[in-house]
Order: sequence, then C-alpha cells, then structure tokens
Amino acid sequence: MIPAPVDYVEAESADAAIAALTQHGDEAKLLAGGHSLIPLMKFRLATPTVLVDIGRLGDLSYINDGGDHIAIGALTTHRALETSALLQADAPIMAHVASQVGDPSVRHRGTLGGSLAHGDPASDLPAALLASGGSVVAKGPNGERVIPASELFTGFLETALAADELMTEVRIPKATGAGWSYQKFNRRAQDWAIVGAAAVASGNGDGTRVALVNMGPTPMLSSAVGSALSGGASAADAAALAAEGTSPPEDLNGDAEYRSHLARVLVKRALDEAGS
Amino acid sequence: MQVEMTVNGQSMSADVEPRTLLVHYIRDDLGLTGTNVGCDTSSCGACTIHINGESAKSCTMLAAQARGTDVTTIEGMADNGTLHPMQQAFMECHGLQCGYCTPGMVMAATSLLKENPNPTEAEVREGLEGNLCRCTGYHNIVKSVLSAAGNSTNGGSQ
Ligand SMILES: Cc1cc2nc3c(=O)[nH]c(=O)nc-3n(C[C@H](O)[C@H](O)[C@H](O)COP(=O)(O)OP(=O)(O)OC[C@H]3O[C@@H](n4cnc5c(N)ncnc54)[C@H](O)[C@@H]3O)c2cc1C
Ligand code: FES
Ligand code: FES
Repeated sequence: MIPAPVDYVEAESADAAIAALTQHGDEAKLLAGGHSLIPLMKFRLATPTVLVDIGRLGDLSYINDGGDHIAIGALTTHRALETSALLQADAPIMAHVASQVGDPSVRHRGTLGGSLAHGDPASDLPAALLASGGSVVAKGPNGERVIPASELFTGFLETALAADELMTEVRIPKATGAGWSYQKFNRRAQDWAIVGAAAVASGNGDGTRVALVNMGPTPMLSSAVGSALSGGASAADAAALAAEGTSPPEDLNGDAEYRSHLARVLVKRALDEAGS
Repeated sequence: MQVEMTVNGQSMSADVEPRTLLVHYIRDDLGLTGTNVGCDTSSCGACTIHINGESAKSCTMLAAQARGTDVTTIEGMADNGTLHPMQQAFMECHGLQCGYCTPGMVMAATSLLKENPNPTEAEVREGLEGNLCRCTGYHNIVKSVLSAAGNSTNGGSQ
C-alpha cells in the first residue's frame, strides 16, 4: 500500500510549521512520528496534499519540572516517557501508560503530541491525560492558549486544536505519591485496548478522576463514576456506574454489552489499585 | 525531493517522491532486499531496521523522515563476513525456520539488548512483541536472544 501523492515540507521550527499550516490551510497535515497518520495515508483514508514534518524539532522533545506540573514537549516519544525518572516519580501513570502503547518499535517513533492530537478513543495516552487532569498548549498564528484535557477531545478523531495550531507542550499536574492505575484489556500484547480504564486519586482533595478507553467516539472522563465517588460511594458502587453516559463501539472484539461489562470490571480494578 | 541519509555506514543520496516509504527506498532503490515486507500494516515487524540505533518499522515511515539519520539494515550487521553475535546466536540456537521474520527479529533483538543488555526470558518475549514469526519458532528465537545477551555481556544470565 502506497500513500497518494503528497508534497512535503520539513519545518525548521514551530513557527515555521504554523506558517506552513496557515499557508496551506486544510490541505496540510502535521507529521510527527507518523505512526497514526502514515497507516491512514497508506489505506488512503487520509489524503493530505501537503505534509509538514515536525518530527525532527528536537526543541519540542523534553520532560521538565514545571513546579506544580511536569511539562512535556509534544514531540517526546513514548519511549522517552516510559524511561523518564522524573515522570516515574511525579506523574507515574504517564510513564506506565506510555510503556503499554504498541510495541518497542512503535514507541521509538510515536509521540505524545501525535497521540493526543489524533484523538483516537482506543488510544491509551489520552485517557492518562484525562485522568491526570492535564492540559495541552496550542500555538497558532495568534499566539498560545492552554486547552484543558476535558475540553480537548471533541468528536471521533477530532480535537479542539484548530487547523493552523500546533500542540507544543503537554502539562501533567504532579501526582507524587498519589494512587493511580491503568487497566488495559486486550487479547494480544501489542494490540490496542478493547476497553481500558485510567484512574488517578488526586492528592489535593479533588477526588479520583476516571477515564475510559474505547467506550465512545472520544477518549472520555467518566463523570458518573467521578460524581459517585465524590458523593461518598464505595469503589464497588461507583464502578457499577462505569458504562453510564458511554456509547461503546461494536466490532469483532466485542459488542456494546460486553464492553460495558468490561468497563465496570476494569474501573473496579482501577479504583482498587488506586486506593480510592 | 532529495533525501540524504547514511545506510550501513555509507552516505546515500537519492531523488524520491515524498510519499516513498522507507522500506521501498531500501529494497527497490538501494537493492537491500534483506529487509522484508510482511503485513505492510506495522504489525509484524518483518521490515524492522534501526534508525540511529533504535528499532523502527520501515513500512510505517517515509524515506523523507529518515533524512539525516543513520540507518542500519540486516545487511549492515555482519562485520566483513563475520556474523554479528545475534546472527551467530540465531544460527547456533536454530532461531529460524523459513527465515522470513529473521532479519526483523535480529534488528528488534539487537535494539532490545542495547536498551536492556541482560534481559530475563520474559523481557525478551515482551521486547519482541512487535515481531511475528509465522513458523512460530518463538521458543528458539527467545533462546537465541538470551544466548546473544550472554555473549555480549561477559557472562550474562545464560
Ligand atoms: C502497530 C501500531 C500499534 C499501536 N498501538 C497503539 C496502542 O496500543 N495504543 C495507543 O495509544 N497507540 C497505539 N499506536 C499509535 C501510536 O501511539 C502513535 O504513535 C500515536 O497515535 C501518534 O503519534 P505520532 O507521533 O506517530 O503522530 P502522527 O501519526 O505523526 O500524527 C497523528 C495526528 O496528529 C497530528 N499531530 C501530530 N503531532 C501534532 C502536534 N504536535 N500538534 C498538532 N497536531 C499534531 C497529525 O497531523 C496527525 O493528524 C500504535 C501504532 C502502530 C503503528
Ligand atoms: S511489514 Fe512492516 S510491520 Fe509488517
Ligand atoms: S522463521 Fe518463518 S516466519 Fe519466522
């Protein structure tokens, strides 16, 4: 399978990438690791006419201590997340979830920004961002804005990023010592989650955030579980509500009822492990 | 477009269409047919090569994305006719049957040992999760990697 003909521009800086997006409009697509976009282009499900390659923008690959949060450059690979001592200490769910993505070769190339901007409901890192209560920084022709995770995922493979915006940074509030869990259910090691559940018990009295993988058109927070927990429900009672407000997809791996069952079981396990 | 990269230690420069996949550039333009295409959907690992020493699936990369990098294919592993210790271990431990997955397995396994020089059996199995063997010779593949780890780490666990 070969992608349709396409023009290619290598951006030398974030600003150059934004200028190229502004110039080419909807026809252009950013290319980071390419591990979501290139498969789509090979199937010709995506046919951008211009690729703006940001894959080698080294200054957007970093993991820094930002005080109350960890600041992660959008071009940071899954491998770098997985092996970061800073993340393991202060936002351990991000390091762990990155280690659950695909296989080692995928993790060498795929980036955090690409995974979040792609917005696939079946992917792992969006759920970790949602459960962590993180945010992303979007940079466009008119400057920067911060988008909270809860407002990032707007539809199937759609995000709040505008066509001329570049995600530059991902911010994860520190959760040093807080309970957390990621439950990914699949049949073969390298596969995507049939259903997944991420939970982070925030240390600052915010309660526990629970996010679901592959339970609807977008990566999502479970508000039913969250509000039951803040209302004092037990983990078992809260987890029983995990399928509320979801619209799980149906495929060869399972129908909606099976996925709803998995969501309840995985959320219970996640809450138990996170100590909620 | 013009792309330059180093392949197996040699500087290469070619005029390719931007949509050219790295695996096609390697096989069709450079004639290095040791890198195989199995699934063509980034699942099987037959096309695994190294980009700057790290394993990558060359069916899921554009040649353009490798511009300026150091690419190693299976042809670059032996040193003047002397097999790489990983190749030698595959030979000694019967780590291949039909051989189709082998170049990718060797590339993934050497990348794994670079990151984890003395892996446990479970770590080898997990480290090779992105590489499929249709002959299902996993047992001897894992044995080969453990044996190579022993060789390259002065008396590792095997
Ligand atoms: C075999 C295989 C298995 C996989 N398994 C899993 C899995 O188990 N779990 C999982 O979560 N993921 C999985 N993935 C996907 C992987 O995580 C991808 O790396 C990730 O989804 C996309 O990151 P990328 O850097 O490759 O993005 P790209 O493919 O380059 O880009 C994806 C999209 O995001 C946009 N984009 C990229 N960067 C930015 C940015 N900085 N700002 C704005 N827009 C941007 C692009 O324009 C494009 O639309 C798998 C992929 C493969 C090939
Ligand atoms: S051919 Fe590239 S992973 Fe199968
Ligand atoms: S040896 Fe035949 S596919 Fe692995």
